Amino acid sequence: MTSTDHKTRSLKAAKITRAAQAKARLTSPGATAAAMVIALVWTIPIFGLFMTSLRPGALYRTTPWWDVFSDGQLTLSNYSTVLFESFGDSANSAPLLGNLFNSLVITVPAVVFPLVLALMAAYAFAWIPFRGSEFLFVTIFALQVVPLQLSLIPLLKALGPDGLGVAGEFPGIWIAHTIFGLPLAVFLLYNFISQIPREVMEAARVDGASHTQIFFRIVIPLSLPAVASLSIFQFLWVWNDLLIASVFGAIKTYPLTYPLANLAGGYGQTEYLVPAAAFVSMIVPLIVFFSLQRYFVRGLLAGANKG
Amino acid sequence: MMSMPELVPKSVRMSGLNADFWATNGENLLFALIAIAAFLAVIAALLWGTEILSRLFSDRRRGAIQLAMLVGPVLILLAIGLIWPAAQTVYLSFTHMVRIPDPATGINMEQTTFAGLENYAFAFSDPTELRTVINTVVWMFLTPVLSTLIGLAYAVFIDRAKGERTLKSLVFLPVAVSLVGASIVWGFIMYDFNQTGSQTGIMNALIALLGGNPVSFLTVDPWNTLFLILILVWTQTGFAMVVLSAAIKGVPVELNEASALDGANAWQRFWQITVPTIRGTLVVVLTTITIATLKVFDVVRTLTQGRNNTNVVAYDMYDQFFVRDNRPLGAALAVIMFLFVVPIVVYNVQSLRKVRETH
Repeated sequence: MTSTDHKTRSLKAAKITRAAQAKARLTSPGATAAAMVIALVWTIPIFGLFMTSLRPGALYRTTPWWDVFSDGQLTLSNYSTVLFESFGDSANSAPLLGNLFNSLVITVPAVVFPLVLALMAAYAFAWIPFRGSEFLFVTIFALQVVPLQLSLIPLLKALGPDGLGVAGEFPGIWIAHTIFGLPLAVFLLYNFISQIPREVMEAARVDGASHTQIFFRIVIPLSLPAVASLSIFQFLWVWNDLLIASVFGAIKTYPLTYPLANLAGGYGQTEYLVPAAAFVSMIVPLIVFFSLQRYFVRGLLAGANKG
Repeated sequence: MMSMPELVPKSVRMSGLNADFWATNGENLLFALIAIAAFLAVIAALLWGTEILSRLFSDRRRGAIQLAMLVGPVLILLAIGLIWPAAQTVYLSFTHMVRIPDPATGINMEQTTFAGLENYAFAFSDPTELRTVINTVVWMFLTPVLSTLIGLAYAVFIDRAKGERTLKSLVFLPVAVSLVGASIVWGFIMYDFNQTGSQTGIMNALIALLGGNPVSFLTVDPWNTLFLILILVWTQTGFAMVVLSAAIKGVPVELNEASALDGANAWQRFWQITVPTIRGTLVVVLTTITIATLKVFDVVRTLTQGRNNTNVVAYDMYDQFFVRDNRPLGAALAVIMFLFVVPIVVYNVQSLRKVRETH
């Protein structure tokens, strides 16, 4: 078959399939209906939670949130209660505003530390040949999969009073998040940094640049897009974490997820405040998600294209 | 912002916020900023310091010193923070712990003795523990399969549809929500159960609408585990959908066209062309979600604390260790979790090796 034959054939085919596809889309109400059901099931619960969080506490147990469309009863008082007042019936009943600050104090350093360290190592694995490089890289790659529960207990001991003495303090949580975040960060940044054109690296080496100079002048500026994607990843992971916060934290360091998990299990007088509290914990991730979704998706795809 | 003044309470009381509150939180924020600045300064000083110092050495030495500075911190942290603790956990899982009062002081002293496989035998023979292990296997099977199926179906259904990006965002959104938040969304909005009166949960309201009796979703064993799994599926489907959607768009158009010319319908083309082409991505998505599922303790911790036979190994391990103070059993459960993923580790390492060889 000549190439022109092939071209006309595929052009014809393109016309046919496009028409066929358009037809298939129009004539398969099943698929459209299924997509609509999925979209609804994936959004209505969040919308419902938001509406519930705005309902007066007195109505919480007696009327469903969709009654708002008939009775119009809405209030912001749940939010002011959970954010600014002592509420709840457990020992962790400080205002959530404090936990919101704690989440910030935990998250920002726990994003910066592992990313910087991983960037250095990823560059070394990608561009500096050395003995054992292959073995070490594969080991780090394999560590991604190892459940962090396996290391939790002894690490807590090492950071505790018999060790560094930082368990229950912010530095202890930062260190734990840094260690547990490293394998994935090294792997993703390696994937990106190894794509830097060889000529760029060679040119710098010919100019007599050292490893350190190349790292600061070439690797850091060129890997900023990957760093951006990965920061969003790590940010959401740390902000939403409950396990490390519970194990390595204490009352004065607990982020939003901790009192929230306790409140949800409490079923006490303050149950009507849980939706508002949950929404407070979601606001920051949702803002990050909506404003930086594109970078986030890019990071996801980079991570998933390993196979 | 909502500009409905009548909805805002007349006076916003701030009983929890005093001068102490602001001082503490201000200090913490400042501490975090200083920590970041100090960290960056130390790293820069290390790298540039060795850069300057190493000029005294030969070129080869100089390269080696700089390499050590770049890769050393990660290797040290992983060795002492992940690998060594993991080895200690494995050791702990083979021990038995008893508290014996010290004859001199009377203080209880912990004594560990070698116990062989006792903890493992318990985990697989005690009915409660065995149920926990079985639940975990069910989680690890159902979550990736359901998330991937729903994500793939949705990605195919909305492919090249009008408003595809918005439709994707809707399903992708729960990825950003914490598992604690997702558990509350479902526990309070979907699964809410009232014995009498009007149903405030969506599912029970639908059941009532159809004339059925309300269901207490989180207590009906064994279905409650399935209802908990659906929460995780809800958060993972967006990931599967976004990754698979990108893979579907990478399927060569010519293949589909040729197949269409041969008379294959959309369903046949999906199975004969799309699925084989995106097989690699499907495997990655399935394994990624399987691994993520294994580690999840948040859903059980938030909604049931393992009651009504809903426990999973990840929560049980936390519970045994930190609540019940049964550390050796907790360690054994952690090792069991690791054993679950060993096949995936081996598979991943093999495919990574293959990828690196072809480069």
